[in-house]
Amino acid sequence: MASPALPADQSTSKAAPASTTLLTFEDVSIAFDQPVLDDISFRLARGETKVLLGEAGTGKTLILKLALGLIRPDSGRITVLGEEISSMREQDMYAARRQVGMVFQESALFDSLTVEDNVAYRLIEETGTITDEIHNRVIEALEFVELGHTAKLFPSELSGGMRRRVAIARAIITQPEVLLYDSPTGGLDPVTSNTIIELVVKQRDVYQTGSLLVTHRLQDAFTMASHYFDRKLNKMVPLEEGSSRNVHTTFLILRDHKIIFEGTAQELLQCHDPYIREYLS
Amino acid sequence: MQDYSLLAGRSISNLFSKPRYMADTLLQADLIGVGSLPIVILIGFFTGAVLALQTASTLQQFGSLSLTGKLVALSMVRELGPVLTGILVAGRNSSGMASELGSMKVTEQIDAMRAMGVDPTKKLVTPRVVATVIMLFFLSILSDFVGLAGGFVISYLLLGLDPNQYWTTAYQALKFGDVFMGLGKPVVFGFIISSVGCYYGMSASGGTQGVGRATTQAVVAASVTIVISDFFITKLLMGIFGN
Repeated sequence: MASPALPADQSTSKAAPASTTLLTFEDVSIAFDQPVLDDISFRLARGETKVLLGEAGTGKTLILKLALGLIRPDSGRITVLGEEISSMREQDMYAARRQVGMVFQESALFDSLTVEDNVAYRLIEETGTITDEIHNRVIEALEFVELGHTAKLFPSELSGGMRRRVAIARAIITQPEVLLYDSPTGGLDPVTSNTIIELVVKQRDVYQTGSLLVTHRLQDAFTMASHYFDRKLNKMVPLEEGSSRNVHTTFLILRDHKIIFEGTAQELLQCHDPYIREYLS
Repeated sequence: MQDYSLLAGRSISNLFSKPRYMADTLLQADLIGVGSLPIVILIGFFTGAVLALQTASTLQQFGSLSLTGKLVALSMVRELGPVLTGILVAGRNSSGMASELGSMKVTEQIDAMRAMGVDPTKKLVTPRVVATVIMLFFLSILSDFVGLAGGFVISYLLLGLDPNQYWTTAYQALKFGDVFMGLGKPVVFGFIISSVGCYYGMSASGGTQGVGRATTQAVVAASVTIVISDFFITKLLMGIFGN
């Protein structure tokens, strides 16, 4: 899939160095009647993508909601850009959340607003009205996901794949430091799924945004680990054989409330754990 | 109860901090106030009319038909205007709020709002509470007036009462305590309607079935709370202002 040209002034706009830790989970536990997550710890660096894998109900979406402060852990510590959000008051958390973008499983677009108003929502909240500058940024974000022509439509007039892409545009419009994707390809056909994954790869490689990606599709996960976004060709291309290019993509596998694997695609493929072998097969 | 109290408290405390969503408040005022006008006028008019019709035969037995205006005025202003309007608006708007916010909740739109750094209680709840309190106040006044007009139509056309006598007895019957009671109740009822509707909407779960359940619960809870609180407000104000 060929993508539209990138806005040159934003491609290197991040101020933080590449080694910056964006998100940390330290011994995070949470239970709803029964334990769901138990002593979960990991860190997410700038430009890194962590793919969360695991069976349904293992707490993958819960990790995203914890990272966003939508749910508080029972114990443990979560920091976003150095700020501990696990002990923050709800009112104080609204400012911290502006540094994080989230793409919800079912898009969660506001169905009474147009695509333009949906994408501009955060910016309108800050300024109170939709200015020419905001309009231009909306169109730019929509063109990033190749939906520039849908600005005046309502979400109900879009297909499932288009709604996911609008949700991505809404999440990236403020260029957040961290992006959380909750099954962005769930229920979509392979072609549309590939389009969405290309946008995720583009966001990772061009803007160096740190991201957590929840998916049930192993194919998507391995595409993330085996492709990079070529800015000259303006599309996602596979890594050449023996390439030393680091795509900064690692895998986390959850089982029985714990992380049972954390590592690269290579390490995952070489893992001899019977459960993981079965999961991958 | 604890969650409801917290939400109700937040809906008021939000008034004292920015941002304040004036456009959303005006939109809700239009939906709740202007949208409820026809039904409030219709019900208010016929309530006053039937009140005059029902009481006339009893008053006639005591030779007090001339007091029809007084009876309609006191009944409408103290009780029927605020309570009937409250129950009507509860049925129309409490359910609307619960279903709208409930749908947003189950489709993760509320979470999306929080994720984008917007406080849903400020954006969704406080504008609805403010708009309902203000509009129910004016709707109750309107209901009182059209109720009196309905009583007048019956008194003049069917009972043959002198128009001047009807309006004079109605006007003279109302004391400060009656008017205070008639204007104070809608403020409390408006708060109950909106906060209960928003609470059930914001706590909806279980998909479309959950939204339907929240809608029904909101109407029932708001209506029952209005009637129960009406008794206590009346008792309190009668204690303060006398009968």
